[in-house]
Amino acid sequence: MLVNFTPPSASEYIRVLPEILLTVGGTILMIAEGLAGERHRRGLAPMALAFLLLALGGAVVAGMDPGPAFNNMLTVDGYATFFRLLVLIVGILSVLISGSYLTRENADSADYYALILFSLCGQSILASANELIMVFIGLEISSIATYVLAGFLRNDKRNNEAAIKYFLLGSFATAFLLYGVGWIYGVTGTTNLQEIHRFLTSSESVYSPLLVSACAAMMFVGFAFKVSAAPFQGWAPDVYQGAPAPVSAFMTAAPKAAAFAVFLRVYSIAFSGLTERWQPILWVSAMATMVIGNFAALRQDNIKRMLAYSSVAHAGYVMVAVVAHSEAGVAAAMFYLASYAFMNLGAFAIVTHYVGKGERYVGIDDMAGYARQQPLIAALFTWFLLSLIGVPLTGGFFGKFYVFKSAIDSNLIWLTVLGLLNSAVAAYYYLRIIVVMYFHEPTNETGAAGPVPAGVRLALIGSAIGVFVLGVMPSAVLEFANRSAMLSR
Amino acid sequence: MHHLWLIPFFPLAGFLVNGIFGRRFSKGLVSMVAVGSVALSFAWALKCLLALAPLETPHVERYFMWIQSGSLAIPYELSVDRLTAIMLMVVTGIGSLIHIYATGYMHDEDGFYRFFAYLNLFMFFMLTLVLANNYLLLFVGWEGVGLCSYLLIGYYFLKHSASTAGNKAFIVNRIGDFGFSLAMFLIFITFGSLDFQKVFEAAKAVPVEVSAGMMTAICLLLLVGAAGKSAQIPLYVWLPDAMEGPTPVSALIHAATMVTAGVYMVARSAAIFTKAPIAMETVAWVGLATAVMAATIGMTQFDIKKVYAYSTVSQLGYMFLALGVGAFSAGIWHVVTHAFFKALLFLGAGSVIHALHHEQDMRNMGGLRTKIPITFAVLACAWIAISGVPFTSGWYSKEAILGAVHHHSPLMYWIGVATAAVTAFYVSRSMFMTFFGEYRGHAHPHESPPVMWVPLAVLAVLSLAGGFLFNVPHILEPLFPVEHGGHDIMLEIIGSAAGLVGIGLAYVMYVASPGLPDSISSSLGGVYRLVYNKYYVDEAYDATVVRPLVSGSRTGLWQFGDVWLIDGVVNGMGGFARWIGGGVRTLQSGSIRSYAAWVVAGAVIFIIAAGAIAGSNGGLR
Repeated sequence: MLVNFTPPSASEYIRVLPEILLTVGGTILMIAEGLAGERHRRGLAPMALAFLLLALGGAVVAGMDPGPAFNNMLTVDGYATFFRLLVLIVGILSVLISGSYLTRENADSADYYALILFSLCGQSILASANELIMVFIGLEISSIATYVLAGFLRNDKRNNEAAIKYFLLGSFATAFLLYGVGWIYGVTGTTNLQEIHRFLTSSESVYSPLLVSACAAMMFVGFAFKVSAAPFQGWAPDVYQGAPAPVSAFMTAAPKAAAFAVFLRVYSIAFSGLTERWQPILWVSAMATMVIGNFAALRQDNIKRMLAYSSVAHAGYVMVAVVAHSEAGVAAAMFYLASYAFMNLGAFAIVTHYVGKGERYVGIDDMAGYARQQPLIAALFTWFLLSLIGVPLTGGFFGKFYVFKSAIDSNLIWLTVLGLLNSAVAAYYYLRIIVVMYFHEPTNETGAAGPVPAGVRLALIGSAIGVFVLGVMPSAVLEFANRSAMLSR
Repeated sequence: MHHLWLIPFFPLAGFLVNGIFGRRFSKGLVSMVAVGSVALSFAWALKCLLALAPLETPHVERYFMWIQSGSLAIPYELSVDRLTAIMLMVVTGIGSLIHIYATGYMHDEDGFYRFFAYLNLFMFFMLTLVLANNYLLLFVGWEGVGLCSYLLIGYYFLKHSASTAGNKAFIVNRIGDFGFSLAMFLIFITFGSLDFQKVFEAAKAVPVEVSAGMMTAICLLLLVGAAGKSAQIPLYVWLPDAMEGPTPVSALIHAATMVTAGVYMVARSAAIFTKAPIAMETVAWVGLATAVMAATIGMTQFDIKKVYAYSTVSQLGYMFLALGVGAFSAGIWHVVTHAFFKALLFLGAGSVIHALHHEQDMRNMGGLRTKIPITFAVLACAWIAISGVPFTSGWYSKEAILGAVHHHSPLMYWIGVATAAVTAFYVSRSMFMTFFGEYRGHAHPHESPPVMWVPLAVLAVLSLAGGFLFNVPHILEPLFPVEHGGHDIMLEIIGSAAGLVGIGLAYVMYVASPGLPDSISSSLGGVYRLVYNKYYVDEAYDATVVRPLVSGSRTGLWQFGDVWLIDGVVNGMGGFARWIGGGVRTLQSGSIRSYAAWVVAGAVIFIIAAGAIAGSNGGLR
């Protein structure tokens, strides 16, 4: 009601500082390209980086003064800050590996960086959304920008196919989500997460549990699609394989983390009273996601497609933490997503460089003898792959450790056993790359990859440090995750 | 906060800088980074200690929570008490001197930067080890120094004997580390923590009779760990072979610092050990037996570094003897003085080897007194110190140990005194063979550059006056109260006499009548061969442990276990997994229509499932 309208206070604006900075940055980038002309394209990536760093600072500033913003539509808590920082760091690493790729493909353009910034803006909203309409808006901002990114190289058939697939199926799944939101509003008369929780748990309210369960299931379809959980994972391998390599790197880490953030928030707050109804569904989905991701990855010869399936499998591990439905589970999911972001970005950074112009060398066999040509890069790749397997002293180990520990604490013994068996299977296809790199003779075809560009090198160092720090001093991050895992109902 | 973390940080930074960029640096720059980082660390340690004095209770600094899982909480904490303070000074002080020396010694070697990167990394781990405030962090340092030791022993990795020696050291240390890990598990189970203060508080509160069994088990396992690192029976065999590494490494790692880590660890855990008398007695006997055995082997060796290697094993035995009889502060005192004179002996030996262009056999030396006088002068200081000539540093700590041992058991005392005489004998023998008589070699000896002999001179002063300057038992009094009252003049005279007798005997045999050693060794025959061949311990291990292990692994583990059982199961599972994978892959048709159909099907199934679960709970509410 306009009569009661009070303008938002200054501190509320500060709480959305990262979103503001990202939007302004993206807009400036698009204008700047027109003004600067062809010759200054090299300055675009550094400019985008500068905005991202500003936004990172903005997220820290916003996180120092937690609280609700804009009539409780957003809430900036430790949880939101964690995911904002995470997606922004993923954004920075993705921009670092994009510059040389775009130059190689003759596709340098401000649009690319602007789209990344806009997509991150949507994810940042998702991280702090406290209300279903904001969830929808954030999801759409994030997704639409990513649809375009997936098809960024207009003349590449694979890109076009990926973008169309992603767009059609994504819209389809989002429709389910929106339908669920509509029903929930019909039942409870609100879209605010806390109020939905209050309504569903209050003894005075009258509603049909059947209808609410159906709402929860439909919203689950939307979220599960975005995190590529079974049986809605079908698009993921095709899109991740078809999209430009740096975009795949970005898509498998940032939008997925943000989608998990909002997924966890909605189910831990709004539907926490209905746990026993949705937990079995998630259980099945988590199990199927792990199995499909890991077993399908076994048979892949295309390194991007293998990493795509691996991304599905890792979503399955995070789902295990979601099923656990506890604070420890939330913290474990947060930790896992952070460590996955680093190891995945690192692996994709190398792939981005290695595939060469027109993404010619995407076969696993193309990596034959790589260790002899680029010993350091091969060692780093090995390091990321070991982390993806979950070998101790890497972030991946503690990620899996905390996820399965939270599952055991919630008495999910069978899911834990299945998860551990799955991670054993996973070792096979990751180790295969290491074997090819170190023990196979290079063929004539390979060896096209030249020296590693500075941006990729920076991203590699950053990711390697991330994986190392999470693997050796996990408590630094876990403590933060634990403190922010208590979502206010 | 005194920022203790900076002490290990400086060498770590040196390691990173030299390790990453060293290849492109000039040798001067590499040396500057390496020496500078250790010197900074020394300065910072000194500054912290002066600021923290008198440090009667431990000063603990907590940085962050390192590992947390259930009831296991391990913070990253560094702490300093007086024991750590002494170790800090020894490690950084002697470390600095040896780094300086090494810049001269290693000057013409390949991989100069690699050497200093490893050496700095070693300093980082060693400082982590002594600064750690819980067993796990100590273990990190413990493993880290083991790794660096392995890397540096195998520094000349193209030389076969060097890489085998590195492997031997690594594997033998693994056995010790396994004991240490088990000890840590038991400590955690018994006391619920790995934090030093908490564990020792709890241990002090336990009455001896209640948990003697558990305490003994913990202490014996800790002893296994210490025996591995500090080269005690039965795990001493790696140390003599470790001399394949460059001489500064032998001095720093295999004489002055790393090998004393076991002594440090046992002294650190004194609160637990004092509750386990059986374990203490074991420590004392292991130490004594090691001291005797290694000293006798030392008498028969001809490789100058091997003599000092066995001497190190023997002196470490002395330290364990001290720990075992409860004279912790005397043991640590010997760590300090031994660091001075043994580092000096090794560096001096290095100077001799350097002068003779890598000649290590003492039978090809002799008469070098006049040719390399400075080296002779400084080595002479180490010589009288280790021999226990009165008022040198070695004399103080040795008498402190022997006094305590006499208090505990006269039998042990007399064995100890005899060993002291043997010690004086073999060191004098090496000195006489090297510096006296006629020169028997062919190379042209030349004196080492100042960058090498200046550190030696500093160590020489410390070897002479170190015992007098640093009264370690007095410093450690808040930690280990001195129980054994007063000095017994009689004991001191006996101890001093033993040293002088050893020197005299060596003089008679190697200077006055040089034919004597040969006739003695041939008249002893079998006994001499037994000792000369190091009691055939390596051969015995080879026959009883190594070979059965290798052949058992080959037939049992490899052919049956690995090839047949594991490979069979794995290949079977792999085939099965790929079969499932093939099935799963057919889901991925690539067509949008089928994916959309899956979305619909999934949605329908889930809505029905949710409805069914809800339905069982009744209708409207």
